[in-house]
Amino acid sequence: MRLLGQIATRLISYVLVIAFGLTVVFFVPRFAPNDPVEAMLAKVSSQGAYMDAAQSDALRASLTDAFGLQGSLLTQYWNFVKRIVLTGDFGPSLAMYPTPVSQLIAQALPWTFGLLLTSTLIAWVLGNFVGLLAGWRPNRVSSRIMEGLAIIVYPIPYYILALVLSILFSYIWPIFPLTASVHGAPWTFAFIKSVVWNSILPALSIVLVVFGWWVISVKAQTTQLAEEEFSRYARLKGLPDRRILTRYILPNAILPQITFLALQIGLMFNGSIVTEILFEYPGLGHLIYMAVIQGDYNLLMGTISLSIIAVATATMIIDLIYPLLDPRIRAR
Amino acid sequence: MRAFKLPKIGSFRLGLGLTLLAIFVVLGLILPWFAPTNPLTWYKAPRNQGASFSHLLGTTNLGQDIFWLLTWALHNSLILGLVVAFFSTLIGVFAGLAAGYSGGWLDRVLSFFMDALLCIPSLPILILLAALFGGQLSLPIVGLALILFNWPYPGRQVRAVALTMREREFINVAWFSGEPRYKILGRHIFPYIAGWSAANFINTVLVGIATETSLAVIGLSSAQQATIGTMIYWALKYQALLAQRYLWVGAPVLCIVLMFISLFLISSGLAIRSAAKRIG
Repeated sequence: MRLLGQIATRLISYVLVIAFGLTVVFFVPRFAPNDPVEAMLAKVSSQGAYMDAAQSDALRASLTDAFGLQGSLLTQYWNFVKRIVLTGDFGPSLAMYPTPVSQLIAQALPWTFGLLLTSTLIAWVLGNFVGLLAGWRPNRVSSRIMEGLAIIVYPIPYYILALVLSILFSYIWPIFPLTASVHGAPWTFAFIKSVVWNSILPALSIVLVVFGWWVISVKAQTTQLAEEEFSRYARLKGLPDRRILTRYILPNAILPQITFLALQIGLMFNGSIVTEILFEYPGLGHLIYMAVIQGDYNLLMGTISLSIIAVATATMIIDLIYPLLDPRIRAR
Repeated sequence: MRAFKLPKIGSFRLGLGLTLLAIFVVLGLILPWFAPTNPLTWYKAPRNQGASFSHLLGTTNLGQDIFWLLTWALHNSLILGLVVAFFSTLIGVFAGLAAGYSGGWLDRVLSFFMDALLCIPSLPILILLAALFGGQLSLPIVGLALILFNWPYPGRQVRAVALTMREREFINVAWFSGEPRYKILGRHIFPYIAGWSAANFINTVLVGIATETSLAVIGLSSAQQATIGTMIYWALKYQALLAQRYLWVGAPVLCIVLMFISLFLISSGLAIRSAAKRIG
């Protein structure tokens, strides 16, 4: 019963957070000095289109309508919320007219999720494994080297690491593609191979950083847990090291990491945006960048609203899974 | 045994980090005053030179001296990071203390804002801002936005500490002996969060510089001022990599990597030290 109450509270705060985020996204353009409609008009006329006053007024009116900018602030806000929450419709993209923004986002999302999910999982498994071993024997040379490496890698932002990796493996020693280009019919072997090949460098830059964090924190946790009473008891009972590590220490060392992961998702998403832009990886980050470059207002509002919803949802899912993983919370 | 070992690791990290940072402070806060000309100006030097005595790190495609440009970039990045960290920590500590110590509706409202801001990815909002400001954000606006997104980190942590402190005996004693609230907060609770706040301050310097850099690397920060990120952006834009002018890209990249490592060493060293102090 108590668990149900907790879930309800979490869901309410999830809705409130998204409402707050969308409100911020709604009001930012209203306070910015540039009017998106005028910017678009200027762009059209700078490309050589000649319009008389009546035509440009008509264009102005239809752009105002397409951007959802007609009516009072309150109606605009209501339309904005209705567009995003109720229908999931962000209007048509202007740069790729008349493709709906929602369709462009639907194409980009699997790339971003695929990249972030796989690289986080790989980093999680590797980081826990190495961190656990290094924490178990903290004074070994190999443990120290591992921690040293982790400390060097962890503070570097993904995109800087991505840049270094692309300098090393695309320019100096060109074995990986500089920018992503996928070929082959969907879901054939050639297609999957080219997706994996194109994803290795962006994924590696995320894996290394997340791996670094995991090694640092799991090592610290493990060293501390190894000195607790229950580990000493297990050792005195004559249990093999491997069993003590996997059954006694690992579950306790992992749990705090999950809460940390929930807090970290926003930052990871930030990092993946820039990494995607640098590698021209066709995910959500790249779509945001295209929207900025082409002045595609609907696409910009759509992608940014969606990234807020995505990050809030991912955080909530982790928070909701947490009680299932931690028996102490479940039992209460 | 344990209690002695922790500060040792901590002070090793602190020492290494501070040494590295000292180099960057000299490079970024003192050397820019000695730059012969404004290093942003084009064609003040011959183009595409390699490293030499007159141009320590060579020159760019646009005839800028890379060494002096780098010192200016460091200067702007460091100052941005420091200002962001200062105000974020200040606001965060105040808000956290207020929320944790007074409780009630103030706590609920502040906690909601802190949680909501923590959940919202800051970079998309910054990109939105930059796009609407015509693809350019001036450094003060970037700084303001970063402060807005970074105060909740210290805020939440300080609130948690203040919540546990409220139940401690000596706070009650102070309370019953008629100490005013601000004195209890300042004299009795603040010392407990000072060490942690210092670590967080350094960490926020890192986050601030990193976020501005990420904005700049994709060309959305200020083009009027040099920062590490804009330096990387222009180097990439003018195909420094294809032309194999690795110094132009490499210098700012190496600089920022070393700076982040030193900041991380300092903040984790401080954190270890304050944790050890609390035990001992």
